Amino acid sequence: MKDNSRAKIFFAIPYISWLAVFVIVPIGLLIYQSLTNVQGSFTLANFHEFITSNVYLPMAFNSVFYALIITLITFMISFPAAYVLSHLKHRQLWLMLIILPTWINVLLKTYAFLGLLSKSGIINQLFSTFGLGTHNLLFNHVSFIFVAVYLELPFMLLPIYNSINEIDPDILKASRDLGAKPINTLSQLVFPLSINGIKSGIQAVFIPSLSLFMLTTLIGGNKVMTLGSAIELHFIVTQNWHMGSTIAIILILAMAVTMYFTRERGKRK
Amino acid sequence: MKKIIPFMAMMIAVLVVLVLGQNWLAQINKPPIKAANTNQVLNIYNWGDYIDPALLAKFTKETGYQVNYDTFDSNQALETKVKQGGTHYDVIFPSEYLVSKMTQEGLLAKLDYTKIHGFNNLSKHLLNQQYDPHNEHSLPYFWGTTGIMYNDQVFHANQLDSWGKLWNPAFKDQLLLIDGPREMLQPAMQALGYSLNTENQAQIKQIYNKFVALAPNIRGIVTDEKKQLMINGDANVSVTYNGDAQVVIDANPHVKFLIPKEGGPIWTDNMAIPKNANNKKAAYAFINFMLNSKNAAQNAEYVAYSSPNQAALKYLPKSITHNPVLYPPASQLKDAQHYNNQPLRYFNEYNEVYLDAKTQVSLNGGLK
Repeated sequence: MKDNSRAKIFFAIPYISWLAVFVIVPIGLLIYQSLTNVQGSFTLANFHEFITSNVYLPMAFNSVFYALIITLITFMISFPAAYVLSHLKHRQLWLMLIILPTWINVLLKTYAFLGLLSKSGIINQLFSTFGLGTHNLLFNHVSFIFVAVYLELPFMLLPIYNSINEIDPDILKASRDLGAKPINTLSQLVFPLSINGIKSGIQAVFIPSLSLFMLTTLIGGNKVMTLGSAIELHFIVTQNWHMGSTIAIILILAMAVTMYFTRERGKRK
Repeated sequence: MKKIIPFMAMMIAVLVVLVLGQNWLAQINKPPIKAANTNQVLNIYNWGDYIDPALLAKFTKETGYQVNYDTFDSNQALETKVKQGGTHYDVIFPSEYLVSKMTQEGLLAKLDYTKIHGFNNLSKHLLNQQYDPHNEHSLPYFWGTTGIMYNDQVFHANQLDSWGKLWNPAFKDQLLLIDGPREMLQPAMQALGYSLNTENQAQIKQIYNKFVALAPNIRGIVTDEKKQLMINGDANVSVTYNGDAQVVIDANPHVKFLIPKEGGPIWTDNMAIPKNANNKKAAYAFINFMLNSKNAAQNAEYVAYSSPNQAALKYLPKSITHNPVLYPPASQLKDAQHYNNQPLRYFNEYNEVYLDAKTQVSLNGGLK
């Protein structure tokens, strides 16, 4: 037994050293930066500024608002899609088609959208063939949300698909035999039984959506400001690492809150 | 366990092959530097694609110095690298504000004018600016200005001949602005008639309000994307550097460039010698080489920005020097201002205004 626990410690060394170097130390540095000012003395002024200035709170609400919309839309697409997928014959193939785009670099996909959404792009060409005229599709909130949903969709779909797939088909059969309408089966069986997949989907989409920054510039034309773009600005343009770290810490707290509310419950076996 | 060891061994073998292969490729591609002693080596740190490579070969041929040429992509990168001191560059190319910042931080060597030949070739209007009085630490390498480009099928020059006209409701959801604290606020400063380096609280507040009032007209706040957008006709008006405007005009003849009557800000990239340079002799040789009007002309033709070398202009084709986009007439430059380095306090204040203004624009256009 003793050897066993020693082996466990031995095998944990890579993980623990990874955690220490790339998670704990950076977070420690972030906290230190957020609690100091340019002169290097300790202060809570950064957090005070976050709460009182008329920049950061509206920006935070803005970020949460966008992240919620993105999460909601991805869910509304993913849940039915996952349900349908789990009933298809060649589901591995269909699943593959959904996973495939995630192998392409995000930046490349974003640039592709710059072309698709431009005035001479394929979407506007379609519009004009149907006599709808051309529109400014780039640099607005709709295009930002649209592209963000596209990028995040697989991360919502996969966990939901996995949890729906795990549902015992006999339960669904039983529900049908007992006379439940398909809609009732869906809402009273599939939904509650896949809730853990839905929760991890929400985690995987909502949290990154809070801090999207590259999309806000490329697709949003900097007319969409999120906390992520504020962090980028503070670290690169204004070089105020203290405020940038403060926002980062607040984002980490927001993530912790999200994780708490979407944690897996009732698994007492 | 029996399977994991061959697996790991194979991974390591692949890694070794890759590393060896990469070294071998690097060996055959890179000519070995012949000069054994560092006295014969010149280390240059410049912006990417910012010199005619043929000139470097010519320099080595004329002077015997081997050139080590590294590139950077932002002033911040340049500053950090020189500040850390691990590297010893002999010639660097900071922009105007960074010249004054690095001078204050004691990072730049004072130029010894007894060793410089060709100073008189330079255009007077770019010399002795506030960022470097009497050019004690730097000499201009390239310069440019900011104006407005527009598509003449949609708008006319007389709609844009003053910065203040950007606020005209006719430009609703049309304007592209340059992303950057000072670049973004610059039209508002000039529309109000304030200095681009103002440190007056009340003025900064007014600049902020003026900028926020521009929100309905803003299509996007972008950097390099504006070129493609203007070429494709996706956008019709953009504040822009004249060098970028020329690229767009070459691709789309319907795009025109103008400098509003208040003038536009002038930027310069400059040659300077860091204090910790290893080979100042070679650095002066290189600066003199680049001040030579024929070399400067060759470089300007390759880089396609505006040369500060007045004497070089006669070696350039007329199609370049008579192009008002790259070489605006003196009348348009008489009111032009240069950006200076700001004291930290104002630097932060501008940044706050910048961030705040951007947020206001996003809220204005957004959740309605």
